Amino acid sequence: MSRQSVARAHQKIQELSWEPMYHQPVSHYGTDYTFRKAQKKDPLKQVLRSYFPMQEEKDNRVYGASDGAIRGNMFRQVQERWLEWQKLFLSIIPLPEISAARAMPLLFRNVPNPELHNGQAIQMIDEVRHSTIQQNLKRLYMNNYIDPAGFNSSLRNFQNDYCGTIGRQFAEGFITGDAITAASIYLTIVAETAFTNTLFVAMPAEAAANGDYLLPTVFHSVQSDESRHISNGYATLLMALADEGNHQLLERDLRYAWWNNHRVVDAAIGTFIEYGTKDRRKDRESYAEMWRRWIYDDYYRSYLVPLEKYGLVIPHDLIEESWNQIWHKGYVHEVAQFFATGWLANYWRIDPMTDKDFEWFEYKYPGWYDRYGKWWEQYNRLSTPNGHHPIVAEDVDYQYPHRCWVCMVPCLVREDMVMAEVDGQWRTYCHEACRWTDVEAFRPVYQGRNTPNMGQLIGAREWETLYHGWNWADVVTDMGFVRDDGKTMVAQPHLNLDDPKKLWTLDHLRRMPNLQSPNVLLNQMTDEERAKFHADYIRGGPAGRPYRAG
Amino acid sequence: MTTATERSVPKPVFTDAEAGAKEFPDSSARRFNYFTPQKRKQTHYEDVTVEVQPDPRHYLSQGWLYGFADGKGGYPLDWTVLKAWGSDRPEPERGPGTGGKGYDWPAHGWHEFRDPNEEWELSLYRYNANVVRQLQANVDAARQAKAFEQWNPNWVRFVQQNVGAWMHVDHGLGLYLFANANRRGPTNMHNTAIAVNSMHLIRAAQDLALYQLTLTEEIDGFDGSAHLETWNSDPAWQGVRETAERLTATSDWGEAIFAANVVFQPLVGELFRSHLVMQAAPRNGDFVTPTVVGAEEFDFSERDLRYTRAIFELLTNDRQFADHNSRILNGWLADWTGQAIAAARALQPLWSQPDLKPGRFEDALDRVKSRFAGIVEDLSLDLPKELER
Repeated sequence: MSRQSVARAHQKIQELSWEPMYHQPVSHYGTDYTFRKAQKKDPLKQVLRSYFPMQEEKDNRVYGASDGAIRGNMFRQVQERWLEWQKLFLSIIPLPEISAARAMPLLFRNVPNPELHNGQAIQMIDEVRHSTIQQNLKRLYMNNYIDPAGFNSSLRNFQNDYCGTIGRQFAEGFITGDAITAASIYLTIVAETAFTNTLFVAMPAEAAANGDYLLPTVFHSVQSDESRHISNGYATLLMALADEGNHQLLERDLRYAWWNNHRVVDAAIGTFIEYGTKDRRKDRESYAEMWRRWIYDDYYRSYLVPLEKYGLVIPHDLIEESWNQIWHKGYVHEVAQFFATGWLANYWRIDPMTDKDFEWFEYKYPGWYDRYGKWWEQYNRLSTPNGHHPIVAEDVDYQYPHRCWVCMVPCLVREDMVMAEVDGQWRTYCHEACRWTDVEAFRPVYQGRNTPNMGQLIGAREWETLYHGWNWADVVTDMGFVRDDGKTMVAQPHLNLDDPKKLWTLDHLRRMPNLQSPNVLLNQMTDEERAKFHADYIRGGPAGRPYRAG
Repeated sequence: MTTATERSVPKPVFTDAEAGAKEFPDSSARRFNYFTPQKRKQTHYEDVTVEVQPDPRHYLSQGWLYGFADGKGGYPLDWTVLKAWGSDRPEPERGPGTGGKGYDWPAHGWHEFRDPNEEWELSLYRYNANVVRQLQANVDAARQAKAFEQWNPNWVRFVQQNVGAWMHVDHGLGLYLFANANRRGPTNMHNTAIAVNSMHLIRAAQDLALYQLTLTEEIDGFDGSAHLETWNSDPAWQGVRETAERLTATSDWGEAIFAANVVFQPLVGELFRSHLVMQAAPRNGDFVTPTVVGAEEFDFSERDLRYTRAIFELLTNDRQFADHNSRILNGWLADWTGQAIAAARALQPLWSQPDLKPGRFEDALDRVKSRFAGIVEDLSLDLPKELER
């Protein structure tokens, strides 16, 4: 800025707001929270006169690096194992970003503080930046990486795929329901403040280790905007805490938002980092180590715990349980194994694990081989067509899991699965915390208190049910995950593109048994059958092993 | 003797994973294939915006997952009463064994909209960064040339009060109409264009506020807070203020955008900016204010109006709902034109405030009415009789 200091400029633009005299701005979005007017400051004091040139300079660096990557033949050194998982990640992430832009108006009428509205408007356009710069990165991958399949059909795939649906919660949770629950607690307090660390810092580091320096270039540029968003959330949270009537809702929303973010983000990013890398140096951090540093120490202990003295009830139990899931219950490994089981229903290729991978996993997660090693050996054995079915239809000591009604990740840690009959349907949940979210939190009454603005869980929440009774070839065709010869699948359980005979086609799928929805079957059971099924299910695992009596 | 330990770093590996290294199905399929481009070849803008916001009518097999308390999720088409072809078809019912397919792309006419400005992050930051840099250069040049010393006291008063008051319009509409509406539109193309419009206005408001700060530093006796009194209680401004507030109170996003960019900006905004401030300033020794106000004028006339026309031209020429849309838009025209003309007429006393007067108010009003009539005609709508009030 010229001679005017940023502080003075920021002070001056506070004169822009005014109290309506004739008409109140429209109020589209309700909340059960109450706010009193307060002079909470925007600590980052952003003014557009300096903001636009700053962002342009950041863009120049990003696009300069993009040109450099192409001219320097970066893709001759990129690991396909890594880039294939980006077909999933980069199909998901532009929607959460743009949804964060769309979420900002949910706060305008509910948080009576014009100074914060200015910061929220800048966050809105930041998020437009993030969404389109990420789409552009995907476009660059599509144009320059060896296998464009999956990138070229990205958004259709994402919108039809069960993995995309899991990821979509990390967008829809920002823009619907109670305005504060969505746009403040779920988006800024938990998703941005806690989980962007693994998304936009930890994962890009892994990309660089796999020969891809464009992902770090783009995502570190994105992350540099997040600090402003975090301060937006913090100021709103302090305003909410000032009213004791909000404390019960804050406790509810922090529990829901924490657990859902853990289920969704740790599933995806944990898998990308642990199973998408070729970097098996023993001293490189595992996802569990990163999580402990970025989320447990930096977020939970440094950010969240100090808020306790203001009356914030922190879900200590769920945070410890999340760590327990990652470290003791193999959550990330269970998810990666499931993604690989269902490779045929996706739109990227999943590389088998090798001895070197096994050694690294055993070193980082002692006991890994006993749990998961044999199954990954089977995956390797069944990866190219040779008269057998894809692994999901072969006997590899794996029970296809039930889907969690809430987070939509399957119920993979078998011992934790719970069931409830809701609205005449038996639903399965991956954990008691997800059951609570559906049965207690997302309801118009919470602990005896009316919560008329709370949102609803809607939609066809189990992908398998849509295709109950379908032949797998028809399923994949319906979703559109087929290459331009009309028969070769986009997804493959290996990276070999040299020999067409090693590529799976619709013809191979046609011979498979039909897809069966676990939830449809569950609802066809008698009460006794269902009780026995549940008792057996929770005795199954780890690694999806079915319970066998005796 | 010391032993150097090897640093632990990832090793570069030659993978030959670049495009064209092998041939296999899809190996040359290097374009996004899930939408039909507006023209023969898809544009960079389309690639980074189209279909990012899902629509259960074509893809989105599992539907929206989270809803408001009324059970509605996503971006309901009935958030405006305007309709595009196909929008009265129900969302596909999906349940056990139905599969996931919806209607073929684009499923309905809303998806045919493309922003003619092709705005995405690269374009919007380049454009706005250029604007703020140029404005700063203009103001710095004026400061160095002691240009503000040439302003006569009446003009100083005019700028501090009236140019100052306009920034409240920009700020209010930018935040509470346009930023608010970026959650309301049916496609990503609509909402992104609307978000960019919002930033134009918020930037223009801040441009004016910071310009005032400079004037406070440069001109003895410049009252940097005089705009507040003007905005709050000057009768000449209350018509503008009431209209601006009503715009922010409009629930239907289509009506809000239409009323702001088709009616209010041409009849009131351009009247004030182009036909009062920019005409009067040079005669009163001020060559700087027109460049600040002119930047905002360019935002509107060359960019925001352009995408607005594209939205509403599609609707008034819609193959199924043209009559429906025209009827509604003509109703909005009548309603908002009457209010905008009243607000414009209330501003008339401003024309006599500078020592050296701009052109006549009635001539200025005739010119904006003529421009407005051209916009209305381009949209195939009827010129409202309220224009003659």
